[in-house]
Amino acid sequence: MDLRRRPLTALAAAVLSTCSLAACGSPAAPAPASGDGATTAQERTLVVYSGRDEELVAPLLEQFEQASGIDVEARYAGTTELAAQLLTEGGDSPAQVFLSQDAGALGAVADAGLLAPLPDDVLATVPAEYRAADGSWVGLTGRARVIAYDSAELTADQVPGDVFDLLDERWRGQVGIAPSNASFQAFVTALRVTEGEERTRAWLEGLQANGAQVFERNGDILEAVETGAVDVGLLNHYYWARSEQDPATLRAQLRFGDPGTTSALVNATGVALLPGTSGEVSPEGLELARFLLSAQGQTYFAEETAEYPLADGAPDPAGVPALEELQPPQVDLSDLASLQETVDLMTQTGLL
Amino acid sequence: MLAAGGVAALAAVPLAQLVLAAAGAGPARAAALLLRPRTVDLLTGSLVLVLATCAGALLLGTATAWAVVRLPLPAPRLWPVLVCLPLAVPSYVAAFAWRATWPQVHGFWPLVLVMVLTTTPYVTVPVVAALAQADHSLAEVARTLGRGRWRAARAVVLPQVLPAAGAGTLLVALYALSDFGAPAVLRHETLTTGVHRLLTGGLDRTAPAVLALALTALALLCVAGERWARRLGSGRRSPAARAAPPVPVHRTTALLVAFALAAVAAASVLGPLAALGRRMLTSERYSASAADLVGAGTTTLALAAVAATAVVVAAVPVGHLAARRPGRLTAALETAATTGHALPGVVVALALAGLWLAVAPAAYQTAVALLSAYAVLFLPKALGTTRTAVEQVPVAAQDAARALGCGPVSAWLRAVLPRALPGLAAGWVLVAAAVSKELPATLVLRPAGMDTLATELWSRTSLGAYGAAAPVGVVLVLVGLVPALLLARSLRQQLPGHLRRAPAPAPVAAGVTGVAR
Repeated sequence: MDLRRRPLTALAAAVLSTCSLAACGSPAAPAPASGDGATTAQERTLVVYSGRDEELVAPLLEQFEQASGIDVEARYAGTTELAAQLLTEGGDSPAQVFLSQDAGALGAVADAGLLAPLPDDVLATVPAEYRAADGSWVGLTGRARVIAYDSAELTADQVPGDVFDLLDERWRGQVGIAPSNASFQAFVTALRVTEGEERTRAWLEGLQANGAQVFERNGDILEAVETGAVDVGLLNHYYWARSEQDPATLRAQLRFGDPGTTSALVNATGVALLPGTSGEVSPEGLELARFLLSAQGQTYFAEETAEYPLADGAPDPAGVPALEELQPPQVDLSDLASLQETVDLMTQTGLL
Repeated sequence: MLAAGGVAALAAVPLAQLVLAAAGAGPARAAALLLRPRTVDLLTGSLVLVLATCAGALLLGTATAWAVVRLPLPAPRLWPVLVCLPLAVPSYVAAFAWRATWPQVHGFWPLVLVMVLTTTPYVTVPVVAALAQADHSLAEVARTLGRGRWRAARAVVLPQVLPAAGAGTLLVALYALSDFGAPAVLRHETLTTGVHRLLTGGLDRTAPAVLALALTALALLCVAGERWARRLGSGRRSPAARAAPPVPVHRTTALLVAFALAAVAAASVLGPLAALGRRMLTSERYSASAADLVGAGTTTLALAAVAATAVVVAAVPVGHLAARRPGRLTAALETAATTGHALPGVVVALALAGLWLAVAPAAYQTAVALLSAYAVLFLPKALGTTRTAVEQVPVAAQDAARALGCGPVSAWLRAVLPRALPGLAAGWVLVAAAVSKELPATLVLRPAGMDTLATELWSRTSLGAYGAAAPVGVVLVLVGLVPALLLARSLRQQLPGHLRRAPAPAPVAAGVTGVAR
């Protein structure tokens, strides 16, 4: 009996070790920082955490790879999810660059002391209101919060320019939101900062009581407005501006927030560098930041993602009002770092 | 024994990690998270989905199975294949296809429809097998003793079929409970989507772990119920057992039933495919990039091959033990090794993300972490096939090899492996196909820059780029055809002569129907 048992153990041990070897050596496992070309003296690589959609950013990163010869490994996920991951990984994170779709997540990661300050010449390319006061991140593009509406049902002036009016009975079951999206969360943070905790809590509870429809992502909201599934949806302007069809012909049209109110918030996507395990900012990461702020990078954003480029002298996107006309509220984007409090509030109110 | 124990222990690790992570919340916070109204909403959302899907699948599946086995349908060999085909369409692909066609469609009832259409084979297949093997001679005895046809059927056939239907229905329940993609696409909130939302929208992993634990408790209930129902059904057939003759019905009736069956199959398989195709052709911007599709396809193939190989190798000691030395300890090990069967993908991902970060941060964002999730999730798929494969090799063969001077390992390799190989290969294919379609765990654990077909579909739908997502959906359905056809082949082996063609032993059914994912 024993004879039959022990060989089995030996066999199993052998196959198990083979299997773990196979797993390690799998072609699907990209070995970080070890190029397989032994002849190349030193392959330059860069690990990027991108909270921005792959569809939007991957082509630009490819342009960067071609221009710089640097091999970029990008991890795409939600901005909040990646911020959470960076906070968990702390100094052990393989990430060298964090591309965020909102300023709040950047601020949360900066507050944890995980970001390295950017050099002044990089910071200076962007107006002061679109970068961190401590230089820990710099804005790349601006995106306006908007209310998308179904133009088959509504005219622009029937659509509220202030999100607090969406609690009206008229909008029961007709408002689309994406609570797990970082842009929505940053908007909630802005409400907390400007309107106070209690009013924000009342708004979140009121939205749910009024039957707001919850979507996973902003793109889904736009599709829902476009097809008449909901009358209005809260999202960023650029989802509309770069949708599958020519935006001017869409059934979904945009109402920009009332000037000066939080509803007219212009949030910034941004880039930050992480010192990571080495303790030093990688030159490759800095190269990427400069590239994203260059004329080539900024023009890409304006043309392909229809966001507002933030570097001085960059062109505005077509088909939407110019950035100067938007009159956003007096909110310091660096104040949007209290993401944890926003998440807690949204958890308590049942949106998360 | 030791190796089997090791495999079983590793398979159960995620559950332990999940409990630890949830415990990190502390009783006050855990209670606050679990007792808020949203938890009740999510729980209700899960339960109504499970109940409605089960009811639909049970009715449709049992009726279909009865029609296939007992009615004189035209083209009798076609139907056993056709009833398996809906398994080829992952529920999230079906949901996406319908949504891409009718974007207003969302919510509970459309989701139930999608879930019923995709999960009905979990009921149909075991019931077809049970009906085909049901001992009709007993019903004849009952009739000679004065029972009417229906009462005889109820008294005799029903008890033989009910356990199969029950076990299948509980698999449907488990599928509906664990599924992330289809509820997410059709916007019906369940515990599974709730865990995902807390994971992606929150800043820590404790809160989702608490919710995930509640979800896991429900899933374990389904699994326990399924095992119980299966045990009820494992009675012995009498050697004099006889198959039932076809029920005499009018030719028109048979044709109408055949038409209805074909319509269901079309709605399950052809419908989504046609919807995807239409969206592909009508999209104006964002045409699919062939390079992306090929890249994601290659990555998926590589992952699937490595994961399937690892899983089959890990399944060998446990499967061997189960076949050769059944007993209490073996049963316990087998249960531990099938833990992944009860864990939704999003839960395994959550647990393993925490585990790798704690134990080996370097491995966290590599394919190793992702492969470990696949191994836990899909080991149960390979266990059934492995055990059956080893059972079919006579013990004497191994003993003879030993007597002829082979070492123990080489005896196994030379005497058992060659004969068990077809069964092991079937398990390999099942695992590979499952890996290819896996979405929620892959979304969380994939390394930077890695895209599989499933994540490619997911990320493309996030921009409303439905046209570009459609071809990926088509490829995913084609991948799913492999296990569906394998199951159809193995189902045909269990049918009476007029419903099948050539005999070819393939112990696949255990693997396909044994795991709902």
